[in-house]
Amino acid sequence: MVNALLGRKLGMTRIFTEDGRWIEVTLLQAGPCTVVQRKTEDKDGYEAVQVGFEDRKAEKVTKPLRGHFEQAGVPPKRVLREFRVETASPLKPGDEIRSDIFKAGDRVDVSGTSKGKGFAGVQKRHGFRGGPGTHGSNFHRAPGSIGQSAFPSKVIRGKRMPGRMGNAGATTQNLEVIEVDPEKNLLVVRGCVPGAKGGLVVVKHSVKGKE
Amino acid sequence: MNLVDELSRKRIKDPANLPKFNVGDTVRVHFRIVEGEKERIQVFEGVVIARKNGEGPNATFTVRRVVFNEGVERVFPLHSPRVAKVEVTREGRVRRAKLYYLRERTGKAARVKAKLRAQQPQA
Repeated sequence: MVNALLGRKLGMTRIFTEDGRWIEVTLLQAGPCTVVQRKTEDKDGYEAVQVGFEDRKAEKVTKPLRGHFEQAGVPPKRVLREFRVETASPLKPGDEIRSDIFKAGDRVDVSGTSKGKGFAGVQKRHGFRGGPGTHGSNFHRAPGSIGQSAFPSKVIRGKRMPGRMGNAGATTQNLEVIEVDPEKNLLVVRGCVPGAKGGLVVVKHSVKGKE
Repeated sequence: MNLVDELSRKRIKDPANLPKFNVGDTVRVHFRIVEGEKERIQVFEGVVIARKNGEGPNATFTVRRVVFNEGVERVFPLHSPRVAKVEVTREGRVRRAKLYYLRERTGKAARVKAKLRAQQPQA
């Protein structure tokens, strides 16, 4: 079976556990994803399924892509992604993958695009400590020295400096699945997930595995 | 109601069964405490000085009492499964929603007047 799903972040809240503690959770729309293409070792050189997520009007899809969906016998989808599967996988175009591939207690990794932070300084972007705010100090949030003088006489590559932050791929690993609603394809995971509400996320079984 | 609200409302107490009390009341809060295997109930008695977020999923209330001349305040989530019961021992007559002014008062000045009622109905 495929071990990943496409979804959207719906938002965060907190709920009570049975023993009365509050835990912070994120609600995800996870699937339903439809298999659009089955890639095989013989034909494509590797084993994978291409899945689509969220319907889209046929007239909004380019003609070549429309043909691709027609071949699979699937209504046009907004998002297309590939996930690797084992050779024996029985998935074929038209199959639906629902959130019931996960169950409560599983560990998952959730990838998304983090919120853009704009041009950020070194304290926010890299966690530099900065200088004292007061007591006559003139050194507050600046990065400080970025290298030596005569030798090496250049700034070493990869030096952490200010710049654009966020709006980049990010993954939160090893999140606990609290609840699964296979009917509505909802997933409740403990903790936070990259990106804004409504952002596209990929939910996978955790690479770190179950505890 | 959106899906997130739906989720946060799923595990809260039934609104019909919520304990009924107001700001200014003196209450006994029966709070479940789990110590390893054992579970026991601890009672915290004091004046309700604030209720926040109505009866929504994040609602809390603050109970204040004075122990050995030291004010002690505890905030309880209204919907917590650990809040087993809230008994009202005395209804208070107050004119504001938050009784934070009690913090600056001690002794006789820090009392809340009882609600005028001939016989208090059984809670």
